[in-house]
Amino acid sequence: MRMPVPDPRVLARRHEIAAKLRAILPGDCVITDSDGMRVYETDALTAYRQMPMVVVLPRTTAEVSAVLALCREEGVKVVPRGAGTSLSGGALPLEDGVLLSLGKFNRILDIDFDNRCVTAQPGVTNLAITKAVEHAGFYYAPDPSSQIACSIGGNVAENSGGVHCLKYGLTTNNVLGLEVVLMNGETVRMGGKHLDAEGYDLMGVMTGSEGLLGVITEVTVRILRAPESVRAMLVGFSSVEAAGDCVAAVIAGGIIPAGLEMMDRAAVHAAEAFVHAGYPMDVEALLIVELDGPEAEVADMTARVRSVAGQSGAELVRISTSDAERLRFWAGRKAAFPAVARIAPDYYCMDGTIPRKRLSEVLRGIGELSKRYGLGVVNVFHAGDGNLHPLILYDANRPGDLERVESFGADILKLCVAVGGVLTGEHGVGVEKRDLMPVMFNEVDLRVQQRIKCAFDPESLLNPGKMFPELHRCAELGRMHVHGGRIPFPDIPRF
Amino acid sequence: MPQLLRPADAGELREAVASAAAAGVPLAVAGGNTKAALGRPVACDHVLDLSRLSGIAFYEPEELVISAAAGTPVSVVEETLKAGGQEMCFEPADYGPLLGAPAGGGTIGGVFACNISGPRRVKSGAARDFLLGAKAVNGRGEAFKCGGRVMKNVTGYDVCKLLVGSFGTLAVMSEVTFKVLPLPSLIHTVLVLGLDDAAAVAALTAALKSPHEVYGTAHLPAAVAARSAVPAVRTAGKAVTAVRVEGPEPSIRYCCGKLAEMFRGRGALAELGDADSAALWREIRDVAAFVPLRDRVVWRLSVTPSKGAEVVRDIHNACDSEVLYDWAGGLIWLAVAAGGEGPDAVAAQERAIRHAVAKAGGHALLMRASEAARARLPVFQPQRAAAAALTLRLKESFDPNRILNPGRMYEGV
Repeated sequence: MRMPVPDPRVLARRHEIAAKLRAILPGDCVITDSDGMRVYETDALTAYRQMPMVVVLPRTTAEVSAVLALCREEGVKVVPRGAGTSLSGGALPLEDGVLLSLGKFNRILDIDFDNRCVTAQPGVTNLAITKAVEHAGFYYAPDPSSQIACSIGGNVAENSGGVHCLKYGLTTNNVLGLEVVLMNGETVRMGGKHLDAEGYDLMGVMTGSEGLLGVITEVTVRILRAPESVRAMLVGFSSVEAAGDCVAAVIAGGIIPAGLEMMDRAAVHAAEAFVHAGYPMDVEALLIVELDGPEAEVADMTARVRSVAGQSGAELVRISTSDAERLRFWAGRKAAFPAVARIAPDYYCMDGTIPRKRLSEVLRGIGELSKRYGLGVVNVFHAGDGNLHPLILYDANRPGDLERVESFGADILKLCVAVGGVLTGEHGVGVEKRDLMPVMFNEVDLRVQQRIKCAFDPESLLNPGKMFPELHRCAELGRMHVHGGRIPFPDIPRF
Repeated sequence: MPQLLRPADAGELREAVASAAAAGVPLAVAGGNTKAALGRPVACDHVLDLSRLSGIAFYEPEELVISAAAGTPVSVVEETLKAGGQEMCFEPADYGPLLGAPAGGGTIGGVFACNISGPRRVKSGAARDFLLGAKAVNGRGEAFKCGGRVMKNVTGYDVCKLLVGSFGTLAVMSEVTFKVLPLPSLIHTVLVLGLDDAAAVAALTAALKSPHEVYGTAHLPAAVAARSAVPAVRTAGKAVTAVRVEGPEPSIRYCCGKLAEMFRGRGALAELGDADSAALWREIRDVAAFVPLRDRVVWRLSVTPSKGAEVVRDIHNACDSEVLYDWAGGLIWLAVAAGGEGPDAVAAQERAIRHAVAKAGGHALLMRASEAARARLPVFQPQRAAAAALTLRLKESFDPNRILNPGRMYEGV
């Protein structure tokens, strides 16, 4: 992976820069020894590792502001990091960069049931927010599978999803307010407990900006009242096509399930062998349909889904009769990744989104690629919202496997884009999919995005080397371009 | 005489903007022209009229997605979706009549450019939450795309969010692709009569905190209720607090029962059926109650919901106004009586309103006022220095020559 060339002048001043950081932060908040920095050398995309130049752990917004202002003055790059659970290398350090951990921002600041929101520091975990409000019957909806570990600040930076996105949205649909420190040290408040932005939706563009635009120091999220009733169904099919038809028919029938997951045969087998969820072993595709709401509505929807499933040729329909059974239905799906880890030395998790109706075509394509590359694939799919997670099986110790798996993964994502989908549904671009951005966006599209970066961080010091395949100087991006060699007409044409 | 530019397709749109950019000629961007009186007056000789960019590009009900040219009338989108049993869940309001334009004239591009949502926003999200992708031309004359057509997408910056609510000051959208949802089987409304503002906000807050799936929470003080076209509301003779429930019949019965139980003892109760509910929530959505009050200045406040009644009390100490609450107190519509002649009177009101909003947290938009008042006073909530500087840099990055709706939101933007 090609990263920005380290600046030798910065590297040479490493000790001086650390000393300056120590002048604005307490001693234990600046780490320079390699043992102390080791835990920061990678995130959840462990194929990439890089020791940072210095690690800092500021405790307050004022300290974050001072660190960023200093780094900007010194021309030093900064990589922000939450819990380090990024699957796309979003928190991969730079050799000549300061790694800024939000690990000390770990307090919930305000719980406001009347306004149905929680304000937390960015290092608080996703699950801790739900834990803090569940005694009153509330929860925080986005539930990425790393929710026990991932931080809410990281969720905002990556616009994280989960299995309930179709009905409850991604992080961006559940954030009400942010406090952000820009690379120049300025603090900007966006949103609050009220709804919608007063000017440009700065919060909207911050969400999912992968740590390239600002450092999030406070987050206000919407919490929801837990539904009165939740029921899950297992629906088995003898073909992926039939399962896909069923999903389309459920949605066309006016039902928006809280969760709608699909697993292929390989995923069902791997999960069943691991957690014994009671999945049927003789199906080609298994759906988990979760329905929630008032009791009467759930009963009504369950009956309708059962009938649609029958019409779609379901081989098996099981409806949970207790919460314990519902959780058992989910256990296999939630354990799908570790289950796959048991059947292969390594796996590589992809994250494209496609228009749902193209599913069988895409799965066929992935099957062909699997044969061509000689690597197995297990498919789990957020069927409701079209987010596909093929898990490619490989062995990192076998020479050439890593290169093959990356190439296979890239081919899958290109296929997703070719059918009208996108490179990433919830894991982010990071370093992983950075060089594939031109598959989805042309030069102009990318320039528009990079100019947004320039508005927030004109020297491109914040998390450079992520998201965009090429770094451009902002002055160059700012120039007006003339297209196709033509000079725009001097007069405005009439239409 | 302003020159009217009416591009027939995205290519002509790009050429028109590129030419204007090269010549430094500012453009007033217009869809159905229903919101021309919203925002600061824009001094432009040229109007970029998008009405010829019209039509549904595709609609796939089972994928919950529709794509339309920006100039497509909202009514066409609504009819298309209705035929597929679906709707725009964020309920875009028709502010035409409120702003002195005909009803039903809005375009889908205008809805997203102004981030317009209705009562269901409190439960289901705003226009900004539903836009999946867009094609647009920035002030440099570059045609670009952002987002996509799928529900879940984190590829690159969420540029769509910047375009939504930017009032055409960053780029001109030529096509929008957005998520749609099934129509509810039925809508019913539980009414509580005779509550004062504070008690109403408390009741609506309790409803939203309940597990009874509430889709709308509004409070109509007696004077506003008296102008309703829904008989049960108009003849109530007192304030009406409305809680909306949606779903299949058994679910509605159940939730209305639970809500009625919750409200027992707070005030007299009534229930509206499907047709009356649809009419009432449409009135609330479009602020129909303030349409006839032509000589009044109208403000739209978005505040911390639980503080809604407090904000209004603070403002009432300074100026006489009628009020309509939506979003459980989080959205406040004020129709302020002219306390004197001209912009000076509005300026005094503005100070009182901004002060009350600042105390509660939120923002205020001068929704309807004379051109003179809108030219002199901040129409949008004034920003703090860091946010204002960032706003300016974003404008610069999209539209360095400031040719797209210059000054519509803020001076110099």
